[in-house]
Amino acid sequence: MVGASEIASAVGPGFLPWTWVIAVLPLASAALILFFGKRTPGKGPVYGIAAVGTGWVLSLVVLWHFVQGGGPLERSVAWFQVGPLHMELGELVDGLTAVMLVVVTSISLAVQVYSLGYMKGDARYTWFYVALSLFTAAMLNVVTANNLFQLLVGWEVMGLCSYLLIGHWWEEKVNSNAAIKAFITTRIGDVPFLFGIFALTFATGFTTSNIRVIAERISSGEVSTMLVAAAALLLFGGTMGKSAQFPLHVWLPDAMQGPTPVSALIHAATMVTAGVYLVGRLFDVFVHANAHVLQYVGVIGGITMLGAALLAFVQDDIKRVLAYSTISQLAYMVAGMSMGPAGRTAGFFHLFTHAFFKALLFLGAGSVIHSAHSNNMSEMGGLRKNMPVTFWTFAIGAAALAGVFPLAGFWSKDELLTVAQENGHPVLFVVLLGTALLTAFYMTRAVWMTFFGEYRGQGHPHESPVSMTGPLVALAAASAGVGFLGAPQLGAVFGKWVFYQEAEKAVFVPWVALASTAAALFGILAGYSLYKRYREPDPLRAYAGAVYGVLENKYYMDDFYMRWIIRPIQYPVAVAVNWSNQRILDGAVNGVAVVTRASAWVVNLFDQRVVDGAVNEAAEITGETGGVLRALQTGNVQWYAALLFIGVVVAAVLITRA
Amino acid sequence: MSGWEQSAITIATFLPLAGALVIAMVPREKERVVRGLGIVFTGAAFLVSIVIALGFDYGVGSKLQFELDVRWIAAINARYHVGVDGISLPLYVLTFALSFLCAIYTWRFVPSPGKTKAFLALMLLLETGMAGTFIAFDLILFFIFWEMVLVPMYFLIAIWGSANREYAAIKFFLYTVFGSVFMLLGFLGMYFRSDVAGHHSFDLLRLTNFAAAGGFSHGFQLVVFGAVGLGLAIKVPMWPFHTWLPDAHTEAPTVGSVLLAGVLLKMGTYGFIRIALPVLPYGAQKFAPWIGLLAAIAIVYAALACLAQKDLKRLIAFSSVGHMGFVMLGIATLTSIGINAAIFGMVAHGLITGMLFFLVGSVYDRYHTRQIAEIGGGMMQKLPYLGGVLAFVSIASLGLPGLAGFWGEVMALLSSFNPSHAAGLNTGLFRGFMVAGGIGTIITAGYFLWMLQRVNMGTLPERWKEAAFPDIVAVEWVSWVPLLVGIVALGIFPRLIFGVTDGAVNGLLRLFGAA
Amino acid sequence: MIRLPLVLFFSAVLFSTGVYGVLARRNGVLVLMSIELMLNAVNVNLVAFSQYVRDIGGQVFALFVIAVAAAEVGIGLAIVILIFRNRESINVDEVSLLKW
Repeated sequence: MVGASEIASAVGPGFLPWTWVIAVLPLASAALILFFGKRTPGKGPVYGIAAVGTGWVLSLVVLWHFVQGGGPLERSVAWFQVGPLHMELGELVDGLTAVMLVVVTSISLAVQVYSLGYMKGDARYTWFYVALSLFTAAMLNVVTANNLFQLLVGWEVMGLCSYLLIGHWWEEKVNSNAAIKAFITTRIGDVPFLFGIFALTFATGFTTSNIRVIAERISSGEVSTMLVAAAALLLFGGTMGKSAQFPLHVWLPDAMQGPTPVSALIHAATMVTAGVYLVGRLFDVFVHANAHVLQYVGVIGGITMLGAALLAFVQDDIKRVLAYSTISQLAYMVAGMSMGPAGRTAGFFHLFTHAFFKALLFLGAGSVIHSAHSNNMSEMGGLRKNMPVTFWTFAIGAAALAGVFPLAGFWSKDELLTVAQENGHPVLFVVLLGTALLTAFYMTRAVWMTFFGEYRGQGHPHESPVSMTGPLVALAAASAGVGFLGAPQLGAVFGKWVFYQEAEKAVFVPWVALASTAAALFGILAGYSLYKRYREPDPLRAYAGAVYGVLENKYYMDDFYMRWIIRPIQYPVAVAVNWSNQRILDGAVNGVAVVTRASAWVVNLFDQRVVDGAVNEAAEITGETGGVLRALQTGNVQWYAALLFIGVVVAAVLITRA
Repeated sequence: MSGWEQSAITIATFLPLAGALVIAMVPREKERVVRGLGIVFTGAAFLVSIVIALGFDYGVGSKLQFELDVRWIAAINARYHVGVDGISLPLYVLTFALSFLCAIYTWRFVPSPGKTKAFLALMLLLETGMAGTFIAFDLILFFIFWEMVLVPMYFLIAIWGSANREYAAIKFFLYTVFGSVFMLLGFLGMYFRSDVAGHHSFDLLRLTNFAAAGGFSHGFQLVVFGAVGLGLAIKVPMWPFHTWLPDAHTEAPTVGSVLLAGVLLKMGTYGFIRIALPVLPYGAQKFAPWIGLLAAIAIVYAALACLAQKDLKRLIAFSSVGHMGFVMLGIATLTSIGINAAIFGMVAHGLITGMLFFLVGSVYDRYHTRQIAEIGGGMMQKLPYLGGVLAFVSIASLGLPGLAGFWGEVMALLSSFNPSHAAGLNTGLFRGFMVAGGIGTIITAGYFLWMLQRVNMGTLPERWKEAAFPDIVAVEWVSWVPLLVGIVALGIFPRLIFGVTDGAVNGLLRLFGAA
Repeated sequence: MIRLPLVLFFSAVLFSTGVYGVLARRNGVLVLMSIELMLNAVNVNLVAFSQYVRDIGGQVFALFVIAVAAAEVGIGLAIVILIFRNRESINVDEVSLLKW
């Protein structure tokens, strides 16, 4: 992390103050594609590629500033104010930001070009580019944001884009299920992350969420260790969700339901590394927390890297092999973070190299899938003859991932191993080395099953168009080359760009390098001996026995979540709540209504029978009297006259008598 | 002070009422004239409210502006005292904006059984009642506007509602009136206990000053807060007084639901901020943990209930309960951030949920069913624009950062991380509420995405393949685009609301001895 | 000079004949005629007493009664004709509509 004194507060030299433009460009292109894409020749990608291409050039310009040894810069404008809390929109540009910018724009550019071919003819081709551009903008915002709430906005928008793109082919239920799973699982991590942001904002007295201010406060020891430790643990929740760490890793393999370019960009190279970036960016919080916090981070990383690597053994879907590999490699980076400042640099270096070769592997897998029309390696085989470019680039990527000298993965893994060895993390050292071996094994398996032997699938596979092979070649070159940036023999320049407080002295421990190479070679040989000829069923099944079943069922974690968490909430709990609402709460309301109406009925009865009864009785008596007397009314005039006469006579008699 | 400043609010508030009278005089046959008049009068009122908003001095948001205070009923010292400050202005403008959009929507969509004239006249009457509630600074005036809203809404539900409309309308009316009675008793209590220069008073500002000077005893405040709070809580509605809401929403016509969700519910939360907090600060402090508890329950409870809903409209209605839970949680913290968040949440919920009800209305207009299972998915194939807008607004509603729904929720949660110490609130307790709220946001995401999966995604069932459904039509675009723009604008520039409310809220919180 | 009791006796017989006719005859016209008889019996009495007490008022009254009787017969006969038109009969015992 950078100190306050080093920050150029005013507008600094060169392009650096305008770094935010890099993030805004894809946002603008997303809007352009959304509103005008369909009316544009080529249906829209041109905006996205132009924006991210420009961004790529500008990112290199920013990186050049740090290559030359330039200092960091922070700049912001007021966003809004609530009570004591001053929100700002700003950029924090240091070496780490520059490296992340290069990673994101490079991969995004490669993927967008690649998608021209891969997504051709897709029903939602234009929309696909909207989401890619929006994603790129969000990720760039995450890596440039100078405060946590701004970072959070990008963080969640990335999650949304991930959801949209995993569910890109939403006609199939399995795809939309995977999309929902990804969103919800990461959100389970994001809620603690949010609370962690609260805790850090609280550490500044709710005045700001500026990363640098928070770091200074925590470094100065004004904040209680308890609060810092809590904040670190909560923040790491976000990492566990976004970077797919145990036990929240379950969404990433399912996310492979999305189009392959999406897997390459979002679920391998960039978004999933945001969790690692977060730990590194807020490294002060982790360093100044209780020491157990970093141990905890390391344990999670260790569990994840081994567990996920083992799961990669039993996958038939080539993308799922890569997905578990990604989880495992992300855990490498997380484990790196847990080893202190030197590990932080090594972890970021691995993030940097991994982005290139993993994106390459995914795009290569996409190329294979595009041509074999299947994700399953059991339906591939022998493709190296039909798809030479894809084969060679994929092989380079696989070798880089396996850690073969002198490709990129070798250098970054070696650096991590060296740090573990030098800084006294023997357990992690063993786990890292073991995982390296496993990685070499399953990648060999994947390469052999896909490219060697006889073709077992349908139709006639053919090499992909240039729009797809071009990015492959470019990424293969990068995968081969970027490792030297961290080579200690060449001065390990990467460590001069990305460092915590001060640049680490790069060391090269020959026996560690030998050990890692030996592990890689052993893994490759083991894989080759098992899979040089394709066999059905998988030979591993016989060796592993019951363990194989456990791995096939992903340690039963998905089943556990589904059976004991998701389904109970979805059905019994939700239904019970709804029932309680209808029967108890609303029942009480309706009960009041019923009681009121019952008492109204009683009152009504009294009113009708007693009160109104008296009135009606009076009327009744009158009526009955009339009924008796009406017999007199015969209608006969003469009868009336006779009565009249009688009456007169009687009256006369009475009067005269009186 | 010019005549315009004194009369602007009165003009804006009573323009719709005048419109109702004019519409009542137009012959029933002249449908288009009636609908046109509805748009003209709501539009004119909206315009006046915009002029008020432009003339508002944002530098002193806590000061009452466009104030008019004249004698009204001398016998009980009730005054016609109206004005706007930073707390009421956003809601006031929101009322006119939503009513205007509803009038535009009615240009094409008049719910069965027609009777456009009566429909629009009642809607305009409703508008006056709603707007009046937000500007009244006299308790009697407030109460009259408050009750004035009930009657038109009752008829809107009872006449233009769907199958079970009479039950829902009566429930809505009686439940709210039940609460109003307690509220009125509370108001009378304040009146008779107050002593402003030798007179009893209904005036809010005078009562606030009287209360700030310690005029109301603690016991009295507790009792009266309970009474007034009950009336307000039913309106919000807070758990467990919410059961009228799903029924009323489900049965109400589209426009009724939009206004019900968009404005009516806010009258309750606004009442807490405007009346209950400043006049009864001690009561507020003592009740705050309970309000927070009910709010936390509401968030989780409503989210779970949403998972179980089969009726699209009922689902949206239940989601309102959860969102209002966030608003009440913000209020319960008695902090500046919390109450600002509450007002933001009110406006955002008005835009988002209002929009969702519009959408559900339009879905029903096409499918003639609101059952999720009967719609059966694949709406994106048949109606891509409608489906796309539904997805967008649902995502806004689940609180995605960068859209309006986020700031109200997140700031409410942030404020409960550290509730007001000056008011003696327990931090640990409120952090528990915060965690509950966080869990609520996860479930909220769950039910919205699940709903989208069942409505939007998948393939279109055979039975709808041949149906001639029009996608979003011009009238819908016109009445929706402002809301969609508002959702994005508030998400990116929260200052639009916080900039208005912050000063006023800080002024309010000085009563609690802390900001 | 005719003696007063004789005249009174005559008028009493005449009146009684009228009463009998009103009560016993079914024909509406005859009932009306019987009423005339009763009225004229009264007239006779009025004139007789007028002569007896030397007061012209009685004879004036008699003239009034004659005028009223004429009007009454006019209306009565009109009613009888209307009844006849409606019912083809002028028997008063068949006209008993005005009852409960």
